[in-house]
Amino acid sequence: MPLVRIDSVEKHFGDNHVLRGVSTNVAKGDIIALIGRSGSGKSTLLRCVNGLEKISAGSIVVDGVDVQSPATDLALLRQRVGMVFQSFNLFPHLSASGNVALAPVLTKKASRDEAHTLAKQMLERVGLGQKLDAMPSQLSGGQQQRVAIARALAMSPQLMLFDEATSALDPELVGEVLRVMEDLARDGMTMMVVTHEMAFARRVASEVLFMNQGCIWERGSPERMFENPSTPEFQQFVQSIV
Amino acid sequence: MRGLSVADFWLILGSIRWTVALAVSALAIGSVIALVIAVARTSRLPWLRLLARVYIELVQGTPLLGVLFLLYFGAPMLLGIEVNAFTAAVVAFSLSAGAFLGDIWRGSIESVAPGQWEAGACVGLRRIQVMRYVVWPQAARVAIAPTVSYLVQLIKNTSLAALVGIVELTRSGQVVAGSTLAHLPVFCAVAVCYFVICYPLARLALSIEGRMHAARAH
Repeated sequence: MPLVRIDSVEKHFGDNHVLRGVSTNVAKGDIIALIGRSGSGKSTLLRCVNGLEKISAGSIVVDGVDVQSPATDLALLRQRVGMVFQSFNLFPHLSASGNVALAPVLTKKASRDEAHTLAKQMLERVGLGQKLDAMPSQLSGGQQQRVAIARALAMSPQLMLFDEATSALDPELVGEVLRVMEDLARDGMTMMVVTHEMAFARRVASEVLFMNQGCIWERGSPERMFENPSTPEFQQFVQSIV
Repeated sequence: MRGLSVADFWLILGSIRWTVALAVSALAIGSVIALVIAVARTSRLPWLRLLARVYIELVQGTPLLGVLFLLYFGAPMLLGIEVNAFTAAVVAFSLSAGAFLGDIWRGSIESVAPGQWEAGACVGLRRIQVMRYVVWPQAARVAIAPTVSYLVQLIKNTSLAALVGIVELTRSGQVVAGSTLAHLPVFCAVAVCYFVICYPLARLALSIEGRMHAARAH
């Protein structure tokens, strides 16, 4: 059974038809790269997976939980689905370890000591073991994003959603975040990654979905997709990027 | 007529306790109202938002003195209950503080980036937890300075209570000035008393704000 089942999903923002019948499955351990021009619906699709956006029609089932059902406790679902944003969204009033420990303390009733140990482990995992007490404002963009990843990992998610996690970073800081994401992929984390980093998609993804006009326009293995694009739209997209 | 004596100044100084009592009571009760109003104004329920907005606009659109008179003189006529002057004043000032602080706090809550709500939700926190642990601590920093400057306003507004006969700072000045006709020194003394209470508060607000910024940058 797939971890995520997305079936005939439609999404409207007012008159704007953003997703037009999107269907796909994500199996455990898959690394799905969602690529496409801005406005193609890839970020919206990602935000529908954890219920940040409500879908207009169709269904999304994550780990057996029907996301759009009114009976679904989204908070519980989101404890198993981590998300990393383009703009980091760290809690500015909490230290790096405070950011990581907050949700485990509040939702898993972790003790102060347990939470601190967990925060330390998670921050070490993203290479920030030295920055436990640093406030977000003292960290570089790349470091902030790695704290955000550690914060999501602290909940031991089944699935990680990355919404253009490196798009707001200075070019020299992109690498450190991508390396952390690659480590995660190697550890077997299931990931859906909206990205403009084609080299990363090609190297790490198990499947690439090219979105265009609210549809999955073309999909396949990264090798096939980038060496042999079959639709003119994807061909154009690939050429416009390189 | 008699001369101004040291005892007169002691009377004025002593009346400060009523000014402080009014301000502190109104701040305490008003804060509770304000908290409810601020939460209602930022709620997801449209009718609750509307209700809170109506309250704010109603109170902000009525003169405080009118509300005070309505409670003090109107309640016995309308409801047949005697309201003592202190109670009437505390209720009037609390209703007013609730609206003004409620609006200040709403603004502070709304000043927190929407991404913070999303980030809190995405680590699996419930809305109330996001409010309590993510949004409010950030909103509080923003709210401190305007809240204390509102408190300064509130302290000065308690002088309206003189008009229903509470012998707070202003009224005691009137009493002393009435019997000594020494208006100038008496009201200068009254003004100095207000200043001595309010100025440190304003400074305090600034220093708290400064410390918060320093803590954040650190």
